Amino acid sequence: MSIAKLTASTLAIAAVSATTAAARDQVQIAGSSTVLPYASIVAEAFGENFDYPTPVVESGGSSAGLKRFCEGVGENTIDIANASRAIREKEIATCAENGVDEIIEVRIGYDGIVFASQLNGPDFTAFEPSDWFTALAAKLPVDGEIVANPNNSWADVNADLPDEEILTFIPGTKHGTREVFEEKVLMQGCEDTGAMQAFLDSGMDEDAAEAACMDVRTDGKSVDIDGDYTETLARIDSNANGVGVFGLAFYENNTDKLKVATMSGVEPSTETISSGEYPVSRPLYFYIKKAHIGVIPGLKDYAEFFVADEIAGPDGPLSEYGLVADPELADTQAKVADEVTMDSSM
Amino acid sequence: MTDLTQDMGEGASGPARPANSIFAQDARTKRRNAAERRFRMYGVIALGIGLVFLVALLFAIVRNGTPAFTQTFIHLPVELSEAKLDKNGNRDIEQIKKVSTFGYKPLIEDAVARALEENGIASPFEDAGDLTDLISSAAAAQIRDLVIANPDMIGETVEFRVLAASRVDGYFKGRVTRESLARDKNLDAEHLDVADALKDAGVIEREFNWDFILGADASESRPEQAGIGVAMLGSFFMMLVVLLLSLPIGVAASIYLEEFAPQNKFTDLIEVNISNLAAVPSIVFGILGLAVFIQFANLPQSAPLVGGLVLTLMTLPTIIISTRASLKAVPPSIRDAALGVGASKMQSVFHHVLPLAMPGILTGTIIGLAQALGETAPLLLIGMVGYIASNYPDGIASGFLDPNSAMPAQIYEWAKRADPAYYERAWGGIIILLVFLMTMNIIAIILRRRFERRW
Repeated sequence: MSIAKLTASTLAIAAVSATTAAARDQVQIAGSSTVLPYASIVAEAFGENFDYPTPVVESGGSSAGLKRFCEGVGENTIDIANASRAIREKEIATCAENGVDEIIEVRIGYDGIVFASQLNGPDFTAFEPSDWFTALAAKLPVDGEIVANPNNSWADVNADLPDEEILTFIPGTKHGTREVFEEKVLMQGCEDTGAMQAFLDSGMDEDAAEAACMDVRTDGKSVDIDGDYTETLARIDSNANGVGVFGLAFYENNTDKLKVATMSGVEPSTETISSGEYPVSRPLYFYIKKAHIGVIPGLKDYAEFFVADEIAGPDGPLSEYGLVADPELADTQAKVADEVTMDSSM
Repeated sequence: MTDLTQDMGEGASGPARPANSIFAQDARTKRRNAAERRFRMYGVIALGIGLVFLVALLFAIVRNGTPAFTQTFIHLPVELSEAKLDKNGNRDIEQIKKVSTFGYKPLIEDAVARALEENGIASPFEDAGDLTDLISSAAAAQIRDLVIANPDMIGETVEFRVLAASRVDGYFKGRVTRESLARDKNLDAEHLDVADALKDAGVIEREFNWDFILGADASESRPEQAGIGVAMLGSFFMMLVVLLLSLPIGVAASIYLEEFAPQNKFTDLIEVNISNLAAVPSIVFGILGLAVFIQFANLPQSAPLVGGLVLTLMTLPTIIISTRASLKAVPPSIRDAALGVGASKMQSVFHHVLPLAMPGILTGTIIGLAQALGETAPLLLIGMVGYIASNYPDGIASGFLDPNSAMPAQIYEWAKRADPAYYERAWGGIIILLVFLMTMNIIAIILRRRFERRW
């Protein structure tokens, strides 16, 4: 008897969910945890100012977000993917295979990547990309030979740096931030120190030399952090000689615990990043599924609201939180208003 | 005789007990007794270490979490200026709605400037706009909501209780100091001077914050507004799904296995598997839920219904094991007596065995639910972490199907956020979660104490 009732109730629940699942009135967003704070600020303000419900923003990383974005078209898939890097060719192809062929790319601004250490710790106040490369590379050319990285202290790397044991906390490989770190810091340092040339001279081809430049030592001097910046902060808190890689916004919220170092002599700030002086920054994006515009209520309004001057402009709340406003915001606004997809803009 | 007197004489001068006396401990007995004393001491030490950890944990939770329950508020009379909010003056609701929260900023600026003036506090800032950093950006939305609900109030001056910015709140809670603000671009030390003066004037007050318990999640820039209420509703709907599915399924399965099923290899296999399932890490159920409920069955993302289904899978083995144990504890004589007076097998189970086993079943269910309530890992995979718990569900169906978070997932999310004010809220959330878990466990204990029968 109870089994009969049970089947009936299960069926009833399944039926209810099947019918109501067809009507979604909420914008659903997923993706990069770097973009999440900005997206949540916009979503909150959007919910307050429009009659639509507040959009839902999930985190999980750029790649995971884009993967879900490319699963297909329909109310059970997300409408917007946040990403801290541009979408890849391969992802566009996967999207197209699943019927997501019209994607609107929206660049919301820039994010700075900063190098910070304990506020009262050793004087890590000025770095060059070459310092980071020489401190972190797995293999280095020494006197014409490629050997395992012999440096133990920052002073070995650069006499101006404190004589402290090297201990760095860098984003793990699943983070979009890691890619920027490798390209703009390690690669740059590799070229600046002439190591790139040395790798090529030692008989490596171009790809192998690049890989060698971005290969990070695994002897415990550099720790990959797969979690969030809060985890990096906790590690820095307990290691006075540790140096961590953070987002500018995260650093600005924790200035009572962290001090930031200059990179190539430039202090990171929204101004130096937007002027292009500070070298380590990257654009942030979100991607809209055009097929969902008009189906999911409020989707286009949300996108337009996001890039409006009063939100993403230099005096808006996003900039206040740490986003570097995009100087070409007006173009982006026009692009969203006209629903220009990636294919037609290419 | 002489021997005896001799003995007694010796005894008076000093006893020499025989080697096998039970009063004298030989070396082996001494070692054995010492070993026992040592073992008892180890036990006491182990208990002591456990207690120290428990006390340290509770102390840390209470110390870090209690500040989250109070919040700094500013009492501010705001003039709802007609020129700013309703330029045409015809109180057309659509026109009023067009003024966004950004349009309300000047009103707040004026109100703060006036509050300072009335209390005779000199503003250290040239620009009146700098003063608004004292106030949460949530204030604009609060005023706008009231104006939209009552357009007639435009033109009046209304007293509001608005939230202070999180750093001002942190200052009164001791988290933020003048030194720490020196390098902070969100607030200056001068702001704190103004805040101190306003506090002396009674404009700023720290009050109990119901919104923390009942409110919705807030964005990263407004930790002062965040509450756990919506996530609590999410947890509630999930628990409802878990209870409605796992109790009938679990009880039916255990009754069948315990009372009706034949003993053979197949049922043995099922039994072993149920015990194994109870030990499966919960994240496995999460990934199963993602594959089956969301990707295959196309149920909505982030919905408490899906969360409940996943947690049901996790809770079922617990309920089945405890139900079977309590069915087993009912003496066979009761079944025999029922069968003896002519009851069918089913009658004997439903009229006699099940009622007697009920307290044990309920206890197991409540403990299973408490376990599910505190579970985070599977929820990460079905999209319940992020800025999710922002809307109250508007009805039963919406409660099950609209995206929502759960209490432990919300706590995890807060602990991840950049602003240190969220850290305090994460601890506060833990207190609320612990209160729920303790209540459920106490109910389970009371049920067991009051209704359990021993034979």
